[in-house]
Amino acid sequence: MSTQAALNFNNLCEILEKHNNDPAKLITILQEIQEVYRYLPEDIMTFVATSLGISPAKVYGVATFYSHFALKPKGKYVIKLCDGTACHVKKSTAILEALQTRLGLNEKNNTSSDGIFTIETVSCLGACGLAPVVMINEEVHGAMTPELALKEIDKIIQQEENKQ
Amino acid sequence: MKKTLLINGNEIEIAQEKNLLEVIRKANIELPTFCYHSELSVYGACRLCLVEIEGRGIQPACSTLPEQGLKIKTHSSKVRAIRKITIELLLAKGGHDCTTCGKSGNCQLQKLAHKLGITHIRFKKEKTISIPDSTAPSIIRDPNKCVLCGDCVRMCSEIQSIGAIDFANRGKDAMVLPAFAKNMNQVECVHCGQCARVCPTGALTIKPEIDPVWQVLNDPSKTVVAQVAPAVRVAIGEEFGFPPGTTCTGQMVSALRNLGFDKVFDTSFTADLTVVEEGNEFIKRFTTQKDLPLFTSCCPAWVKFTEQYYPDLLKNLSSCKSPQQMFGSVAKKLLPGQLNIEKKDLVVVSIMPCTAKKYEARREEFTKDGIQDVDFVITTQELARMIKEGGMDFKNLAPDSFDLPLGFKTGAGVIFGNSGGVSEAVLRYVSEKLEQKKSESYEFKEVRGGDGIREFTTSIAGHEVKMAIVHSLGNARKLVNKIQAGQADYDIVEVMACPGGCIGGAGQPDYSDQSIRNSRTSGLYKNEKMIQLHKSQENPYLQEVMHQLSGSGEEAAKQVHHFLHTSYQTKKRIIKEGIEITSGKLEISVCFGTGCYLKGSQKILTTLLDQVKRDDLQTRVGIKATFCFEKCGKGPVVSFGNKIVTACTPEMALEELKTLLIENEVFS
Repeated sequence: MSTQAALNFNNLCEILEKHNNDPAKLITILQEIQEVYRYLPEDIMTFVATSLGISPAKVYGVATFYSHFALKPKGKYVIKLCDGTACHVKKSTAILEALQTRLGLNEKNNTSSDGIFTIETVSCLGACGLAPVVMINEEVHGAMTPELALKEIDKIIQQEENKQ
Repeated sequence: MKKTLLINGNEIEIAQEKNLLEVIRKANIELPTFCYHSELSVYGACRLCLVEIEGRGIQPACSTLPEQGLKIKTHSSKVRAIRKITIELLLAKGGHDCTTCGKSGNCQLQKLAHKLGITHIRFKKEKTISIPDSTAPSIIRDPNKCVLCGDCVRMCSEIQSIGAIDFANRGKDAMVLPAFAKNMNQVECVHCGQCARVCPTGALTIKPEIDPVWQVLNDPSKTVVAQVAPAVRVAIGEEFGFPPGTTCTGQMVSALRNLGFDKVFDTSFTADLTVVEEGNEFIKRFTTQKDLPLFTSCCPAWVKFTEQYYPDLLKNLSSCKSPQQMFGSVAKKLLPGQLNIEKKDLVVVSIMPCTAKKYEARREEFTKDGIQDVDFVITTQELARMIKEGGMDFKNLAPDSFDLPLGFKTGAGVIFGNSGGVSEAVLRYVSEKLEQKKSESYEFKEVRGGDGIREFTTSIAGHEVKMAIVHSLGNARKLVNKIQAGQADYDIVEVMACPGGCIGGAGQPDYSDQSIRNSRTSGLYKNEKMIQLHKSQENPYLQEVMHQLSGSGEEAAKQVHHFLHTSYQTKKRIIKEGIEITSGKLEISVCFGTGCYLKGSQKILTTLLDQVKRDDLQTRVGIKATFCFEKCGKGPVVSFGNKIVTACTPEMALEELKTLLIENEVFS
């Protein structure tokens, strides 16, 4: 864990250096940092503010404006459930409810306590032809049903258990 | 050819106006607005200054350029309907309970709702959920009353260059918040209160201390003394129908006595004391050419600003306490004896134009044995409210005068209240002292004026003395950066955080028009003219008080210093631990504050991490990147256990790591 923190911190410094500590690149910088930490920790945002010469309140403002940014750690697997018009009429809500019930999560508390899953709804993934669509990390799953979605979840749970 | 446009059918000439709103105001039509302030950038958020322009539809006047031939209607049916609906929507969102609001009577939203004749709100009222933040000593932030005009945000970042508050979240959840939704007293707010001054509603208000002051006034066991800052006397009249800048010293003193203050003194007396102390300090530094420029230290917002952002300049700050705090320590030392009371029964109440003074009075340095030198600080606004509650007919009160000796002052102590005043007062002292002769004149008009940054060079006893006078912290930052970059060089710099100096303080009666500030300034200079003496060194009571403070003998000078001077500490901007990189018991912290970062703290950190990894000590050595060690002048700073190493290099760091490991018997 500690080496990971060191690596992350080095990454952070590299990201800032790469962007020349330019406050105009704040959003890009935050995006890249979120890749490293999986979310935007408070101390890291303060560090970024200091390095860019802007106020921490400004960084916080940007980080809370865009739903892409997470202020709490996200799970290892981020499930993005599309709730755009096409997916919605194809009953995406039922999938959402099934997933939430299975993982014991809701809209507010959307990350599982073991840090494995996060469920998010998004407005459109741009794959309406495959509606309803669920994305798990970078993988797209089309024509989903509650049953199929739960199967994917079970697969991941199995995988994670095998690792341990 | 002159350009004109039509406003409600009247032809109006376009001169230098930057936007339509200003042209319309020139035509004597007051358009409602929350977010337009001439001193701030144009934001166009509140949508209240909407006008109908023929061929263009509805446009916000503040962000529309005045152009030849525009035909404008300022209160067409359409415009009126939109304005009304905007106000209704604002009233439906949030908790606007006027009768119990600190801003009641001065609230723009309240006034506008009345003007527009809004008698009922057609929309469902939203439940309010946010809890007001009253943790700071100076300002209360109540998000339920916020209309998101952003005036406070722009004031804090554009004028004061701080940015302690900003917009957070999005859409219906949008709010103005300090970083990470922390409390106001946990972030870099310097308590200048200018955000509250420009806030059109009760979302940001001054934290009142009226109740505890009434309580001590009505407690027979307490002796309550008041000190009144110079800027208060030329502004308080505005609350009672006097034109801005009218000197109301007599009525004010009379009102204070009526309220039950046992003694009424003048902060201008200790301003005189400050002049002499700071003057001597300057002469000492000037003749030895050490720690120049000397920065003034009367303004607590500026002091906190320096402590946060420019720790290497702390040695340049005058060590003099501010006049408020000098008064506090003098009063707490001398008055119990003179009034024959116990120290614990003496209560010192300041009446200040300033909200940061509330913070200053609570600084640790100014508390002895649990007793603050200054017990309570109320602003000009708060005093006016007390006078109104007391039912006094302020206008017709028989004028009264201050008590002696702490109420006696020279003109120099009075002009402290506006930008340039401290400099002029110090010049009057320093020039006579260095030239060792009395001069006939006393005015140094060159230092006066309204510009945010003013420079001035004068010759004293054959030496050139270079001065700069700035007001607003944004200007202070500009000037300091110039000095640090070697592009400017001064001997003395006066800084006031509020635009215009103390007369423009956030505790003064509400004002939005800059001309009011100018009237108050000329009021102070007029006031000075009526005073017999103009140089602090001529104040006959100064020597007497100094003597009483110090006694005689060798320790005298030390004693005086103890009572009248203070010291400064670097302060973190945000209360926050560092970033933990390895977790072990032996702690090493590398400072990543701006100063250290620029001087290479990253290289040191990487070197240390590599070494720790090589020796496989990640579980024993805890390495942290911290934000500020508060020793920025000597960066990079690294701490190894309890040992702090300044001007650290990667080689030094490795050496120290080894020592730490040997000392703790990890290595032998």
